[in-house]
Amino acid sequence: MIEIRDLSKSFTLHNQGGAVIPVMTGAQLSVARGECVALTGMSGAGKSTLMRMIYGNYLAASGSIRVAGTQITSARPRDIIRLRRETLGYVSQFLRVVPRVPTLRVVAEPLLALGQPEDEALARAAVLLTQLNIPERLWSISPTTFSGGEQQRVNIARGFAHDYPALLLDEPTASLDGANRDVVLRLIETAKARGAAIVGIFHDEAARNRVCDREVDVTGFTPARVA
Amino acid sequence: MTLFDRTLSQDAETPLLEVDGLTKRYGARIGCADISFDLWPGEVLGIVGESGSGKSTLLSCLAGHLEPGEGRVLYRGRDTVAMPEPARRLLSRTEWAFVHQNPRDGLRMGVSAGGNVGERLMAVGARNYGTIRAAATDWLGRVEIAAERIDDKPRQFSGGMQQRLQIARNLVTGPRLIFMDEPTGGLDVSVQARLLDLLRGLVREMGLSAIIVTHDLAVVRLLADRLMVMKSGHVVESGLTDQVLDDPQHAYTQLLVSSVLQV
Repeated sequence: MIEIRDLSKSFTLHNQGGAVIPVMTGAQLSVARGECVALTGMSGAGKSTLMRMIYGNYLAASGSIRVAGTQITSARPRDIIRLRRETLGYVSQFLRVVPRVPTLRVVAEPLLALGQPEDEALARAAVLLTQLNIPERLWSISPTTFSGGEQQRVNIARGFAHDYPALLLDEPTASLDGANRDVVLRLIETAKARGAAIVGIFHDEAARNRVCDREVDVTGFTPARVA
Repeated sequence: MTLFDRTLSQDAETPLLEVDGLTKRYGARIGCADISFDLWPGEVLGIVGESGSGKSTLLSCLAGHLEPGEGRVLYRGRDTVAMPEPARRLLSRTEWAFVHQNPRDGLRMGVSAGGNVGERLMAVGARNYGTIRAAATDWLGRVEIAAERIDDKPRQFSGGMQQRLQIARNLVTGPRLIFMDEPTGGLDVSVQARLLDLLRGLVREMGLSAIIVTHDLAVVRLLADRLMVMKSGHVVESGLTDQVLDDPQHAYTQLLVSSVLQV
């Protein structure tokens, strides 16, 4: 489902003397349906960078990323937009939403974008918010006013609203209490059981051991530092 | 002629707008140069750049308000530069809409809110008073203007309400393509957010395509699928909105993104 070959990435800082900073080289990754692969490595080793490249958020310098047959590195924007809508989900660490939109709609949005009837989309959103212990009195309020942990759970609910065949999870259990952490891990297990290919970053070792089938240490893709 | 005979699903695989080599000069000075892109049904394209970058000139050329010197603009396969003026005017009343930064440029300030919305329907042949008033009331509701304000004049409205009224006036005829020039400029931040939410909902419900010119990167991040960055009349970078903003490749885009104050 996700195939990465010889992927490299560098940043060119045009406004700082054109400095070129290589951040990744020779990255390889293969994730099958129903499999969850953890990206590991120290902070700054490039876990999130790799994840963002899979999502098409960062451009690759060279190499290949295929997700469900789409070559991300050469896809047109509209192909990536479609892939993100239908196939590839991403739960980032931070919630970014249009202010003023009620939480229930924020969660239902991926389904509405797919053209699902509004009542069904909202019903699914309600189920997820209930599972993730967001009290119903908050559903009509914008999540921009919520606490960090609440925002993260809203983000997770949105990421799991549609049954994406491929999922990227950036620290989905960070800053969650035990009960909510367990809910998230069960959502991941359910997604795996229905055949989703998952790439995750988990600092929480117990969580990683529970849901991940393999670990890939991205330190192996870090270019040798010249400095 | 039916205004609402949308055939979006059939059209989804051909671009709505094809722009090729569009150039506009003001004497020796370049307004915008060698602009090429396709816009697809349902897509929102943001155009950013500082004042004088040519983004408003480009928008005016696309919307038929300015005649480009060179290049081609195809709307659903028809060349809008070469077509006779009456045909272009008909497009701008039916299939296109234009939302100005200043609502005063897009509204008739001496005509009631309902009249402003109804007028555009009458311009395309609607004659039944009851139908027109019902459509106007419906649209005022959709842009969150209370029905009892239907007979008030726009000058009695706040800036945010005027902007929403302008949007209602533009969308009542069910256009496919909406041009917007700094639609949230000059509005309070809280009013901006409400307008953004409204626009996003309408774009999705109506399957609209939109081209939004703005200097506000936060606005394009929330509204636009794709982004073009302009400088000195040229497009220096384009791509998926979040990719251009999070991993900008061009020196100017990097400067633009790093200059935004973080809240």
